[in-house]
Amino acid sequence: MSLFIDADLCTACGACVEVCPFGAVEIVGEAAQVNEKCNLCGACVEVCPVEAITIEKKEVKAADGYQGVWVFAEQRRGRLAGVSFELLGEGRRLADKLGVSLSAVLFGRQVREAAGHLFAYGADRVYLADDPSLDAFTDDLYGGLLTALIQERRPEIVLCGATSLGRSFFPKVANALNTGLTADCTGLDIREADRLLLQTRPAFGGNIMATILCPNRRPQMATVRPKVMRPGPCREGRTGELVEVEPSRPGLAPKTRFIEFVEDLSEKVHLAEADIIVAGGRGLGSAQGFDLLRELAELLGGAVGASRGAVDAEWISYAHQVGQTGKTVSPKLYIACGISGAVQHLVGMQSSDVIVAVNNDPNAPIFEVADYGLVGDLYEIIPAIISRLQR
Amino acid sequence: MDYFLTEDQLMIQDLARQIAEEKVMPVRAELDEKEEFPRELMKHFAEADLFRLNIPEAYDGMGLGGFEHALAVEQVSRVCCGVACTYAASGLGAYPLLLFGSEDQKKKYLPQIAGGTLAAFALTESTAGSDAGGIQTRAVLEGDEYVLNGTKQWITNAGEADIYSVIALTDPSRGPRGASFFIVEKGDPGFSFGKREKKMGIRCSATGELIFNNCRLPADRLISKEGMGFIIAMRTFDKSRPGVGAQAVGLAQGALEAAADYARTRIQFGHPIISFQAIQHMLADMAASVEAARALVYAVARYIDSGAKDVSKVSAMAKLFPSDVAMKVTTDAVQIFGGSGYMRDYPVEKMMRDAKILQIYEGTNQIQRNVIGQELHKEFGRRGRKK
Amino acid sequence: MRIIVCIKQVPDTKNVRLDPATNTLNREGVESILNPFDLYAVETALRLKDSFGGTVTALTMGPPQAESALREVVEYGVDEAALLSDRAFAGADTWATSYTLAQGVKKLGGFDLIVCGKQAVDGDTAQVGPGLAEQLGLPYVCFVRRLVEVDPQARRLVVERLMDDGWDVVETPLPALITVVKEINEPRVPSLRGKMKAKKIAVPVYGLKDLEADPNCVGLAGSPTQVVQVFAPQPRGTRVRLDGRPEEQAERLIEALKQDKVLTIGAE
Repeated sequence: MSLFIDADLCTACGACVEVCPFGAVEIVGEAAQVNEKCNLCGACVEVCPVEAITIEKKEVKAADGYQGVWVFAEQRRGRLAGVSFELLGEGRRLADKLGVSLSAVLFGRQVREAAGHLFAYGADRVYLADDPSLDAFTDDLYGGLLTALIQERRPEIVLCGATSLGRSFFPKVANALNTGLTADCTGLDIREADRLLLQTRPAFGGNIMATILCPNRRPQMATVRPKVMRPGPCREGRTGELVEVEPSRPGLAPKTRFIEFVEDLSEKVHLAEADIIVAGGRGLGSAQGFDLLRELAELLGGAVGASRGAVDAEWISYAHQVGQTGKTVSPKLYIACGISGAVQHLVGMQSSDVIVAVNNDPNAPIFEVADYGLVGDLYEIIPAIISRLQR
Repeated sequence: MDYFLTEDQLMIQDLARQIAEEKVMPVRAELDEKEEFPRELMKHFAEADLFRLNIPEAYDGMGLGGFEHALAVEQVSRVCCGVACTYAASGLGAYPLLLFGSEDQKKKYLPQIAGGTLAAFALTESTAGSDAGGIQTRAVLEGDEYVLNGTKQWITNAGEADIYSVIALTDPSRGPRGASFFIVEKGDPGFSFGKREKKMGIRCSATGELIFNNCRLPADRLISKEGMGFIIAMRTFDKSRPGVGAQAVGLAQGALEAAADYARTRIQFGHPIISFQAIQHMLADMAASVEAARALVYAVARYIDSGAKDVSKVSAMAKLFPSDVAMKVTTDAVQIFGGSGYMRDYPVEKMMRDAKILQIYEGTNQIQRNVIGQELHKEFGRRGRKK
Repeated sequence: MRIIVCIKQVPDTKNVRLDPATNTLNREGVESILNPFDLYAVETALRLKDSFGGTVTALTMGPPQAESALREVVEYGVDEAALLSDRAFAGADTWATSYTLAQGVKKLGGFDLIVCGKQAVDGDTAQVGPGLAEQLGLPYVCFVRRLVEVDPQARRLVVERLMDDGWDVVETPLPALITVVKEINEPRVPSLRGKMKAKKIAVPVYGLKDLEADPNCVGLAGSPTQVVQVFAPQPRGTRVRLDGRPEEQAERLIEALKQDKVLTIGAE
């Protein structure tokens, strides 16, 4: 693929220079020229008044023979992760648009029963590898097995949750298949004209949204941000085709070894799974402030989050940090207490459905992104909320 | 403003500033509140090679001078005067060794100090503040050992340093020629520490008593010769005073920046207070005096590094003037902050508390004026005789 | 131990914005910085060097200015650095980047461990670490929060991998690749001697030919994915202020949240 500017047609009007998001076009002498920063986004093609710019498309050959939408159904210790249902909901929508089948891939030990849920939530087919060797997650085994399965069955789209597990092994699979992978998508759609998967995700810390295509390689792979997509309706009793998958392959010898899992017992609800998050920042003034937030979180059935400032002050552990160098969350409700709203924090939580900000500084940037802003002393407001809820 | 620093000097300044902002700033309020010694921070300074600056390369140092040391102290002090004091005091404790130590002594102790082992300088006693001659700690030669008895008071880094430069009377009958300097190590028999003082400012700095109770030292712990004590002390202060000046300049700069920043954002009567002439005049005076203090410290430090001999007068000036400036500037900074400046939530009240000691230690400003006055007397007296 | 650390120079993302009117990236005042996670990777490598001896080499793929990021990590104690730079490498997605870095690693020679930061804060993909491991055929563990056991003699590494609900303890043989999260350590400060070395050290630059890389696998040409559109995110936040005494604020908030259907308790 390449971008071509016809110097004979070009009038050096500069419209393309202005519109280019990457600074890739310059006027050199009497015509526009493109440099190596070009990403072939096509913005200049659309804006050129004399149609001097064209993008040559290579033929889409690699797509031959790839069909179907797959979702990787994540399970940890026998329980299906919430994101698996969100993927099925979205996957069903995409598969219907393409007119193809939706399959779920499930690896684990004694997880056969979960296959039923996957059918109920929309899967036409479940590829099941149920074996003691797959009890715990290792990149080698899960990655190697999924790669082999994809090579055997050739789906056109494979999705996975952008959880720690998904983000760990999906890149291995994509690299092994020499195909493209888009991380942490918040939007997916099908481009009608060529049936390509449009993958939309935040970049530059969430300051910019980018839509990405994988035009020539297959499958098109993406990890999907949890809690953004909607699970589909649950149809109990719905069934589909269960395909037993051989859990081993020649040459698939795992090198890493899972030893044990240590559960984080400090919280009842973990950030990644929480629908409600109560988060605290420097404005709490001390570690004890988190006791108050924990009380509210427990009442709401939510998890406790923190800004980097609170973690650096050692008021709470890093596992709770939300933000650019912490976790990205997407709950229904995010209550930010004593958090000023630095961009690096917003990056991690601004896709929440509803944001409530409690801060005694009316000029705190957090109020710019909040839906409800409460200016005042959080040590008066939070207890007031707690007592109101307890009634 | 450009101070025409060399690339290496800029590097030192940048590094000191980076560490001050990244490592010292987040903990300065807590260290002050808890009166907690900045041990972790001293480790970072050592990692950064900041203790190597003015130690010769032969002893694992970087072979630079007092000016480079002052540049580093200034940057640290801008963020926390107490941490800067801890850092600078180690340099002070090293000077007797640097200036008068034997080859063996230098080889043994200077590499340690360059690597971050803390030192301390011990002169002050209850009977000897400004009157240094009033010291009573005795050092008696018994065979091939010196036995020290006495108590030192208000020693910076007491209990935290491992190497102490201690002045004691070896021959009371000889008056000013009767004192000598010794190297005492933590752990030497008969050497212990007394109570740690509770101070108005620089609260993270460890200030305490050194107690010598028949403390036995091998004779090779004597620095230079018996009787050289006060000369060593005077030469040490000549070198170290610009360092105190640098502490003052840094502290004043930090206060100025905090005050100007606050004035920009504080709205009263519908305007940021920095737009009021009264505030602008205060800031103007603060800024001009900080710049003057800095110019003086830099000029004197460079002059001393050049190897100049009679530096006492200008060295005293480089301590006297900046420390007075720091006291005024930090006080004015609190004033500009208004009520907020009085609150411990804001950084300026600490800066004002910290500033006071700079007018007192390493020779009170009254002593500095004595030194300058005496030097002027000598200078103009000489000129007078020439006519 | 011979350790390679892969780093990246990124724009200081807090200042990067898309002008919604013109859809152009506003680059004014955007500095280039070392990717925040990479300093933790560097510190991990330096601590291993402190314990076991050896060398730490920093590697990056980027435009010529990325050399300053390599010099920056030398200030902290990294021994050597190498820059992979060529016009052909530009426009690379994570696959092409993984491929190019893999060729760079091969050029550098033998190693015991490759350490990467969890992700770069401009792309936010966290894909290059595992991608690089796969291209080199290395075992890898992501999101390492602690090194439990390091045995270079026995060629064995045990780590804790941060998961969403706790952590997995995983063992890997060496050579291997790990990506690290902030929790793993607190980076040291640079040293003066490091800064002096950083000024003087020679940083070799390897291009397409030096790496004997396949031109179809690098840069834009080698990227399976491409960006087709960039746009400013929808500004969010309805910015309703709830004023009054704390009790009033609490009352109005709970009513509003019930209306929004995000609050289920107390909704009866």
